[in-house]
Amino acid sequence: MSEARKYFWEGVRAELPLMVGGFPFGMIYGALALNAGLSNAAAQMMSSILFAGSAQFITAQLVQVAAPALVIILTIAVVNVRHMLYSASLAPYLKDLSLKWKVLLSYLLTDEAYAPSIIKYEKDGLQPYSHWFVFGAGLALWVDWQVSTAVGIFLGAYLTDNDILQIIPLDFALPLTFIAMVVPVLKNRAMIAAALSAGLMALLAINLPYQLGLIVAAFTGIIVGTLLEKRS
Amino acid sequence: MNIWLIMIVGGLITFGMRFSLIYLFGKFQIPETIQRALHYVPPAVLSAIIFPELFHPNDTFDVSWTNTRLLAGLIAIAVAWFSKNTLLTIIVGMIVLLVLNLI
Repeated sequence: MSEARKYFWEGVRAELPLMVGGFPFGMIYGALALNAGLSNAAAQMMSSILFAGSAQFITAQLVQVAAPALVIILTIAVVNVRHMLYSASLAPYLKDLSLKWKVLLSYLLTDEAYAPSIIKYEKDGLQPYSHWFVFGAGLALWVDWQVSTAVGIFLGAYLTDNDILQIIPLDFALPLTFIAMVVPVLKNRAMIAAALSAGLMALLAINLPYQLGLIVAAFTGIIVGTLLEKRS
Repeated sequence: MNIWLIMIVGGLITFGMRFSLIYLFGKFQIPETIQRALHYVPPAVLSAIIFPELFHPNDTFDVSWTNTRLLAGLIAIAVAWFSKNTLLTIIVGMIVLLVLNLI
């Protein structure tokens, strides 16, 4: 059990900078959801039922303009398609876990939980208790997201989103943490090419709506990396 | 249809997508090519998130000396490259951004 606990807390620790970076977004979401006309309860519960930042922002905006329910649901689906990529990427490491674990870790599988988890697996390989790392990272972000949403709902009347980020640009902790995670992974030409091509494609596809640019960019990087690896 | 129903259906779809391949790849053998390709998901996805944050802050392209997020990000990349230290990278990047924003 102590081994499990060690991995759990390691996951929590790895998640800390992402919690700092995510907190202002949770607050902004909470404030935005109230502003869009959601009740306190609905605004708060969306953070645990959907538990997906971008999708929650877009849902709040669509509710505000009274978009049809079906449009909102389809939008949520499209915005969250990228999670299938995370699911595929982690799958080889989670395949021997019980169904309960798979369900739990899937529920907690956000961008911010995926990143430290996959980096940990790629570095250390599959260890007997490494799923506790994923659980620690995922749960830490879950608590962070619920609390930051609540703070945003509480302060919603006083703060606009610009105020929150102008006080201190904490949101920058998110890209910084991703930089700190991805750079050490770039050990050969194929990895570097995958990262650069995906980044450039993300800029080219920046005007695509609903996070589709992210998907196009990710596939570009995956294909470039795989092709280069084959050649060498 | 009310907001609660939207949230529940949207939540189920989101969960379904997160669960989909974790479940399926537990049932079937993952083809070799796909396994190899999956190793490129982390650098590809993370870069696809990072680049727009640096080059396209405030929803406009900005490749200039006044783009403090780009400068701070590039310095953070250098720190990460040479130190491979997560905490140092984040702290240096944050301090550089705060200082540049003051100038």
